[in-house]
Amino acid sequence: MNQTTAKAMRWLGRWLVLAAGILAWQEWAGWRRSAFFPPPSAIGARMYHLWFSGPVSHLALTSSAIGNILPSLARVAVGLGIAVAVGAPAGIAIGRSAAVSGYLDPLLHFGRSLPAVALVTVFIVLFKLGDQMEVAYIAFGTVWPILVNTIDGARTVDPLQVETARVFRLSAGQRLTKLIVPATMPKFFAGLRISLSLSLVLMVIAELTGSTDGIGYLMNNASNSYEMTEVWAGIVLLGVLGYALNAALLGVEHHVLAWHRGARRLTN
Amino acid sequence: MAMSDEAGSSRARRVGGLAWVRGLVGVVTFLLMAEVLSVAGVISRSALPPISTVLGQAVLLLGNTQFLGDLAATIEAWAVGLAITVAVGVPLGLVLGSVPGVRSATRAVVEFLRPIPPVALIPLVALVVGPGLRMNLTLIVYAAIWPVLFNTIYGLDDVDPVAKQTLRAFGFGPFEVTRRVCLPAAAPFIATGIRVASSIALIVSIAIGILTGRIDGNGIGAFISDANTAGNINPVLAAALWAGVLGLALNALLLWAERRVLPWHHAYLDEAEAAR
Amino acid sequence: MLEVTDLTHAYGRGSGGHLAVDRISLKAGQGELVSIVGPSGCGKSTVLRCIAGLLHPTRGTITVNGAAVHGTVPDGLAVVFQDYSRSLYPWLSVRDNVALPLQRTQRSRAQRRSDAQQALAVVGLDDTAHRYPWQLSGGMQQRVAIARAIACDPVLLLMDEPFGSVDAQTREDLEDLVLRLRRDRGITILLVTHDIDESVYTGDRVIVLTGAPGRVRADLTVQLPEPRDQITTKELPAFVQLRTEVSRLVRGQQATADR
Repeated sequence: MNQTTAKAMRWLGRWLVLAAGILAWQEWAGWRRSAFFPPPSAIGARMYHLWFSGPVSHLALTSSAIGNILPSLARVAVGLGIAVAVGAPAGIAIGRSAAVSGYLDPLLHFGRSLPAVALVTVFIVLFKLGDQMEVAYIAFGTVWPILVNTIDGARTVDPLQVETARVFRLSAGQRLTKLIVPATMPKFFAGLRISLSLSLVLMVIAELTGSTDGIGYLMNNASNSYEMTEVWAGIVLLGVLGYALNAALLGVEHHVLAWHRGARRLTN
Repeated sequence: MAMSDEAGSSRARRVGGLAWVRGLVGVVTFLLMAEVLSVAGVISRSALPPISTVLGQAVLLLGNTQFLGDLAATIEAWAVGLAITVAVGVPLGLVLGSVPGVRSATRAVVEFLRPIPPVALIPLVALVVGPGLRMNLTLIVYAAIWPVLFNTIYGLDDVDPVAKQTLRAFGFGPFEVTRRVCLPAAAPFIATGIRVASSIALIVSIAIGILTGRIDGNGIGAFISDANTAGNINPVLAAALWAGVLGLALNALLLWAERRVLPWHHAYLDEAEAAR
Repeated sequence: MLEVTDLTHAYGRGSGGHLAVDRISLKAGQGELVSIVGPSGCGKSTVLRCIAGLLHPTRGTITVNGAAVHGTVPDGLAVVFQDYSRSLYPWLSVRDNVALPLQRTQRSRAQRRSDAQQALAVVGLDDTAHRYPWQLSGGMQQRVAIARAIACDPVLLLMDEPFGSVDAQTREDLEDLVLRLRRDRGITILLVTHDIDESVYTGDRVIVLTGAPGRVRADLTVQLPEPRDQITTKELPAFVQLRTEVSRLVRGQQATADR
C-alpha cells in the first residue's frame, strides 16, 4: 500500500467513525424515543427546513439563515478582525521592548484571567444592545490570547537572527518585515487558533443575553420553548461552523507556516 | 561568548528584581490613569464606574458572607470538576495515545465536538441530567477535558522510542513501560494541559452560574447573576475582578504543585531562561 | 585596513564582572587573511563581535579603513557565524537569504535577485536558489551563509569559527573556497578558529590568543607558497614546523624561538 492510498484510507477512516456514530444514534433513537435526543434524521430535516431550503438565488439560504447565521458570522469576523488588528502590532511592539514588557506583564496576565463571560452585562451597559456591543465584546475577549502569544513570539526571536540583521545593517523597517514578523508568526497563529474557538463561545454568550438575532438568540428561543430538535439543530450548526472555521484557519496556517514545519522537523 | 556563572546568576537576580519594580510601576500607572480618565469625565460615570469605586467594592465584598460563600462554592466546583477531568482525561489520553489508529479514526468526531461552546449545551444538559451540581460538573468536564486529552496524547508522542525499547529489552511489559517511561516523560506536557483545563473549568463554572442563576447552586457566577438582575454594575465588576484574581491564584497554585512533582523539568527550564 | 588597539572587554560590572579580553592589538592589511586561533574561552568571538560593531568594547579603539568602530556596525562589513542553521532565516528561500544584505542598497528587486544568484554561483550553489536552507546539508548551508556575506561586496569579512559545525571533508572544501574568494576578490578576511591546521593553512598571518582573559601571545607570518593545496601544502616542512609552533603557543608552552 503506497503513501497516498494509506493517507486516503486514514482520511476515510476518520469520517467512517463519525458516520458510524451517527448511524448508531439513529438506530438508538428509533428504538428508544427520547425527547431530548431526537434522531439525526429529524435534526437534519429541521436544519434544512429552517435554514437551507431557501431560493437558489440566495445560495439556498432561508431568510432565517440570512437573518441569523450571517449576522452571527459577521460579528465574529469583525470582532476577531479588530482583535488581530490591535493585538498583533501591539504584541510585537510590546514583545520587542523588554522595558514595556516589564511594565505591562502583570496587567496582561490579569486581563487574560478576567472571565469575559462575567462582563457581558457591563458591555451591554456600555454599548447598549445590538451589533456594536457584540462586536466589542468579542473583540475584547479574543484580543488576549493573540496579544499574549504574539508578545511571547516577539520576545523569543533568536538573538543570532537579530545579530545577523544588525550585521547586515537592515533598517528598522526591514528588520520588522523580514525578521520579526515572520519569526513571530508561529506563536501568533497559536494564539489566533485559541481566539477563534473563543470567539464562537463569546458570540453565543453575547447573543444569549444581549441580542435580537443570531445563532445564540435562536437557540435561546428554542430552549425556552422546549423545541429540542431546534436546540440540537443549533448545536450541530455550531459544531459544523466551528469545524469549518478551524479547518480554514489550519489551511491558511499550513500554507503560511510551511517553512516552520520544515525547519522544525530537522531540528527534532 | 562565555559568561562566568557568577555574572550569570547575579544578572538573573537583578533582572528579576527589575521586572518586579517595572510591573508594579505599570499597575500603579494604569490605576492612576484609569482614575484620572474617569474623574475628568472622559469615561462617563454612568457607563463605567471609576476604578476606585470598583476597587472599594471589591474590598467590601471580602466582608460579604454571601460572596464568600459563593467564592467557596466556585472553588469547590472547580476542584471537583478538575479532578474528574484529570481522572478521566489522562487515562483516556494514555489509551488513545498508545493504540495506533484510534486517534486518527476519532479525529473527525473530536473536531466537531470541540468547537461546540459548552454554554450552548446548558439547556440540553440541564434537561437531561437536571439542574444543579451534576449539570455543572458535566459541562465543566466536557469543556475542560480536551486540553488534558490532547496534551496527554501529544506528550506520549514525544517520548523517546529508545527509552521505551530499553525497558522492553529488560523484559518489562507494556503497562510497566507506560508507567515507568511514558508517563514521566509526558508529565510536563500533561501538566500544562491540566493548567489550561483549570482555567477553562473555572470560567465555565462561572459562566454557567451567570447564565442560569442560583437554581444551579451557589458560586461567583450566581452572585453576578443576582447583581445583573438587580441592575447593579458595581458588584459585577468587583466580582469579575475577584474572578480574575482567583484564576491567577489557582494557576499559581498548580504551577507550585507542578514544581513540587516535576522538579527536574522546571529546574531545567529555569536554567535555559537564565542563560538567555 | 583594519587596526585594533588595546581592545579590552569585560562582561558585567564590579565583582560579578568577567574580563574576556585584555589589551588586544592587531592589524590586517588590505586583502590579507588573518587567522585568530586559541583555546576555548580565550575571547576570540568577543574580539570578532567588537570589530563587527555588535559589542561596544569597554576600552580600546578599532578602525576599519580609517573610520572608527564604536558599537555600531561599520560599512562594507560581512559576518559568517558558526551556527548557520540559526543564522539563516528559515522562512526565506536560499536566494532571498543571500539577497538579504542587499536590502539596504538602492538596487531594484530584479537586480538584487541577479546579484544573489551570482553570489550563489561563486560558491557553487546556483541550482539551489529556490530551496529552503533547512532542506540543504550543513556544508551547503554554510556556503549559503558565505554567499550571503559576499553578495554585497564587503571589504572586510569576519568569520566566527565558520567550519566548526561541519565534517572534516566539507571543512577542507570550504577552506579552499575562502582562499579562492580572497584571491579573486581581494577581500580582507579575519578567520577565528580553534583548528590549528586551519589557521595555518588558510592564513597569511596567524594570531595566537591564549588565556582567559585573552591576550595576544604571538603574531606569526605564514610563508607558504600560493596557491595552497590541502595535500601538498600540508606535506611541506614549513607547514609542519609552523603548525607545531602554533600548537605549542596555544598550549601555553614556550615558543621555539624563546627556548
